[in-house]
Amino acid sequence: MSNGTGQNVLTLRKDAWWVEPLITATVLGAFGIYSTWRALSNEFYFSDPYLSPFYSPLILANWWPFSPALLILWAPLGFRATCYYYRKAYYRSFFLSPPACAVNPLRSNKDYKGESSFPFILQNVHRFFFYAATIILIFLWYDAIIAFNFRDGIGIGLGSIVLTINAILLTLYSLSCHSFRHLVGGNLDVFSGCPTRFRLWGAASAFNERHMLYAWISLVFVALADLYVFLLAKGIITDVRFI
Amino acid sequence: MSEAILRVFRGDANGGEEKEYKVPVEEGMVVLDALHYIQAEYDHDLAVRWNCKAAKCGSCSTEINGKPQLACKSRMDKFPEGQPITVYPIKAFPIMKDLVTDVSWNYEVNKKIPEFTPATDEEFTMYQEDVERIQEFRKCIECFLCQNVCHILRNHERKDAFFGPRFMIKIAERVMHPMEKIDRREFLKDEAGVGYCNITKCCTEVCPEDIHITDNGIIPLKERVADKYFDPLSWVLRKIKGK
Repeated sequence: MSNGTGQNVLTLRKDAWWVEPLITATVLGAFGIYSTWRALSNEFYFSDPYLSPFYSPLILANWWPFSPALLILWAPLGFRATCYYYRKAYYRSFFLSPPACAVNPLRSNKDYKGESSFPFILQNVHRFFFYAATIILIFLWYDAIIAFNFRDGIGIGLGSIVLTINAILLTLYSLSCHSFRHLVGGNLDVFSGCPTRFRLWGAASAFNERHMLYAWISLVFVALADLYVFLLAKGIITDVRFI
Repeated sequence: MSEAILRVFRGDANGGEEKEYKVPVEEGMVVLDALHYIQAEYDHDLAVRWNCKAAKCGSCSTEINGKPQLACKSRMDKFPEGQPITVYPIKAFPIMKDLVTDVSWNYEVNKKIPEFTPATDEEFTMYQEDVERIQEFRKCIECFLCQNVCHILRNHERKDAFFGPRFMIKIAERVMHPMEKIDRREFLKDEAGVGYCNITKCCTEVCPEDIHITDNGIIPLKERVADKYFDPLSWVLRKIKGK
């Protein structure tokens, strides 16, 4: 838009506005490459009693010739891809729409429709990915509990702790979800008539304030948890047993 | 006493240019003070809109070093000493003169929003939990910084399709009011254009009242629209309940 002021340059900002989208693109890109490689590799995902979170629940079926990870990863992938926080992150860092506040977007097209038309209108199904990811999360908690059950009895290994922390962080990420916040109480107009849902909404709102934090640490940790199982399964390292 | 260099846009709709001024800096001084100094000592005809000088009237919205902010809330001592400070009008609205823009489009949009429509034949006891969610939205001082930084209005010029963040929270204020009786979801989707927002949260970043415009306003509105238009499960539940 030309308003005669010369503000049509990329931006008049003088701070390092490009750092945040650059870091976001780097971390998300690195996670995307790592997780794709691990999901397609179809090996080194189990080291008794630890199962990689990328392969949980493990579905080994004759009718499926590809990696079993592909049968389940669509759920957490879709949950994160349609997440209100990640939308901000990747619209800024990958689509440059816009890369930062008061910085011109990659395209200043006048037919912009945002999330009101295909394909981005599909972001509205976020809650269904939340449901699917919650089912996966139940299995991850099961795996975390099983991770304390060794062949020689109940014990605690570093892997037990890693998988438990992973399940906790993913739970925090789910509990802070905007759709969850809406479904437990945000869709009400009269809170005083539903005190339980009001309290649930209050708790979800408190978690929601840290949604970005939970999004990042759970993302990084799930990759680290998988890496730990991979290194164990490949024999590069051995598990540390505390008990 | 140190000295600051201000580069202030001087001009109108036909064009203009930066003009440099040297301004002595006193303790506690804000950019609006510096603009007043320029008016008093150099150029009496410098146009700048202001009123309260207390970040409550929302008049002195400008772009300082490229960042949309209130001139009265921007302390001079936060800028690096010796480096020029640029002051421009807000970009999303037509310039009138120097730092003053024509924001009347916002008042036209305001007229399009259906009035608060409570039930007139019901008694209602209002509890704190029923109103505190929408009280946040009532802090808005209508500085229109959020409208200015929103790339849909600022860069894509979709004023024909999207009401902007300020009016999203105005609609949220009415939608979430416990006594409101009309269903505004069709209006939100089709006329106000909530689907155009891609949640990049610049509106929240620039809000001088720290209103969580996206997390507490726009996202809950998107979820309510999703309830009606993108969630078949919700639709079935509503039918079962006879709503």
